[in-house]
Amino acid sequence: MASMEQTAPQMDLLRLWRDKNARAVIIQILTIAGLFFFTFWIVSNAVTNLETIGKGYSFDFLFEPAGYDINQYLIEYTNRSSHLTAAVVGLLNTLLVAVTGIILATVVGFILGVLRLSKNLLMGKIVYTYIEVVRNVPVLLWILLVHGMLISSLPSPKASVSDGWDFLGVSFLSNRGFYLPQPNPEPAFWATVIAFFLGIAGAVVFRRHARKVQDATGKILPVFWVSVAAILGLPILVFLVTGLPIVWSFPELKGFNFVGGFAIKPEFMALTLALSLYTSSFIAENVRGGILAVSHGQTEAAHALGISNSRTLQLVVIPQALRVIIPPLTSQYLNLTKNSSLAIAVGYMDIVATIGGISLNQTGREMECMTIVLLVYLCFSLLISAFMNWYNKRIKLIER
Amino acid sequence: MKLKTILVAGAALAATATVAHADTLADVKARGELNCIVTTGLVGFAYTDENGQWRGFDADFCRATAAAIFGDGSKVKFVPTTGKTRFTALNAGEGDILYRNTTETMSRDVDLKLSFLGINYYDGQGFMVKKDLGVTSAKELNGASVCIQTGTTTELNLADYFRANDMSYEPVPIETNDEARANYLSGRCDVYTTDASGLAATRASLDDPKNHIVLPEIISKEPLGPAVRQGDEAWGDLTRWVLRAVIAAEEYGVTQENVAELSAGPTGKPDVDRLLGTEGNFGEMIGLGNDWAANAIKAVGNYGEIFDRNIGPNTELGIERGLNAQWYDGGLMYAAPIR
Repeated sequence: MASMEQTAPQMDLLRLWRDKNARAVIIQILTIAGLFFFTFWIVSNAVTNLETIGKGYSFDFLFEPAGYDINQYLIEYTNRSSHLTAAVVGLLNTLLVAVTGIILATVVGFILGVLRLSKNLLMGKIVYTYIEVVRNVPVLLWILLVHGMLISSLPSPKASVSDGWDFLGVSFLSNRGFYLPQPNPEPAFWATVIAFFLGIAGAVVFRRHARKVQDATGKILPVFWVSVAAILGLPILVFLVTGLPIVWSFPELKGFNFVGGFAIKPEFMALTLALSLYTSSFIAENVRGGILAVSHGQTEAAHALGISNSRTLQLVVIPQALRVIIPPLTSQYLNLTKNSSLAIAVGYMDIVATIGGISLNQTGREMECMTIVLLVYLCFSLLISAFMNWYNKRIKLIER
Repeated sequence: MKLKTILVAGAALAATATVAHADTLADVKARGELNCIVTTGLVGFAYTDENGQWRGFDADFCRATAAAIFGDGSKVKFVPTTGKTRFTALNAGEGDILYRNTTETMSRDVDLKLSFLGINYYDGQGFMVKKDLGVTSAKELNGASVCIQTGTTTELNLADYFRANDMSYEPVPIETNDEARANYLSGRCDVYTTDASGLAATRASLDDPKNHIVLPEIISKEPLGPAVRQGDEAWGDLTRWVLRAVIAAEEYGVTQENVAELSAGPTGKPDVDRLLGTEGNFGEMIGLGNDWAANAIKAVGNYGEIFDRNIGPNTELGIERGLNAQWYDGGLMYAAPIR
């Protein structure tokens, strides 16, 4: 003990440095300190510079009238609404693209992934070529290409009517958008909505019952068809019985544009199509990898037990494949959501275009607007992540 | 090794990220060229020709400023920006001066911390439509789809105009003039709206200008002018007086052709002599040589010459002087005296 105390302090340090474990800790501490210092320096630099040119950091502008118009809004918005409302309009537009895109990308991605494994050589090769072409071109180019094709190859509203670009005379396809009849529910429509939720509840109950019956007797009940009947059939029946309580508003050409109905704008179409096709090519590869990861022996074993082909896929292959598919699928969902900020390229009014674009420009509040946009994307991403992690845990192989 | 790279990168960042500019003129002189913020491309105002040279009305004012500082109008680096990025670029120090057909407004002057130097073009917002639409007045545009350049005053004017006239419209926001052109031509929008000068420029660049008309209504005041960052008064003075010198030169009859002759010695006309530095030391007051204005005029000519060369009646834009004529011709161009 006494001899230890006599060693010079720098010798201690040197010895500490030579110790592999201690060195690792020291390097980590230094890195964190460096990171802290760097962040602090960046922030203080920004604050100082903002003060130098006399700009404060304040969110008061959010409650002033925005003054500009937005062509697609899911909540009430006029140019007299506040910047905050404009931000919410943009946020909902972003959500709309993200959710539609994720659903489309997942469906298309799963179909492509399965087709890619098709034993039919032609089918396999076609899908292979498609995937490679789509995922190896930057998504911005796809967005611009689809938008360019939509606005230059589709007819003007006038030509859409005269050249027969309509469906049954009630829907019109034009370069201003796809105009569809809009259903406006009457009060009695509530019954249908209630029936829909009752249907879902019924399907869940029946599913539990079917599982019990199967566990007890081995009999397999037709869960799928009963669910369809409950979820779709029941509301339709109620809808018919209550006397079709919906008034349709049909699009009509008046002056420059269609009036009435509701429109899917080419900007939205271009963004959603391009994003979901692009992302679906990645998802297809994930799905293929997931299916291939389930060893062939599993399928053979299931067949040997006399389980039918579709039940094998449903009960043996897919549950095991999903374990491999879900984690990379999460990052594809995150990519799609973040890539939706490319909306600005085609003038789709998402959160970046509204609060992070026009509002920023009219008010000159770069730091504040960008903070909002940043936090919104961060929240979206964390929410998607959290949901997918929860789902991943649920379907994870339970090890005994 | 890795640590070293990070440190070097950090140091490099530290060197570039500091924005506090106190003496812009010294910075410009040390750099050897003027960074001038212009548009990404608007025929007549600032655009690159087939040889990659920047041309146009605003580009010439950049050259005039550079010539006043360096005696050489070619010492300009053009910094192209969109309507959205221009002020950030100026405030972040990417450019020393902004000549980007920018409307002077109170909020930009005060809240965005810019200093506007004066007006080099009096403009107003107009509408362009295809002739076969049969529209002759902006009042007939109810329900139309309108292409607008986003991040500009035109967005707000448009909303105000349609609201005031109780009309509806579908805004189609576009990032740059070229994209707006593409959308307008494809029929995505019925109307393209921007400053009348920009409309004339865009119309001139179409394959069939005759099939497009600019509607008679001008719905706003758009005084376009240069701006610098707030906080460097000396730099603001210098750039402001270059603009005035170029305008004054037209009034005093100093042209690109006769400036060498007139600046050789006192002419006996006090206004001309003070402008060209053969009397007084006005150049020294703003930190330049006394031949500052003479150099600017040598490089690009006077206001009238710049106007005629780039956007005047004999160019493809064919814009009349109108409000931009000299005050003695009934216009608004009125340079404060250099004395």
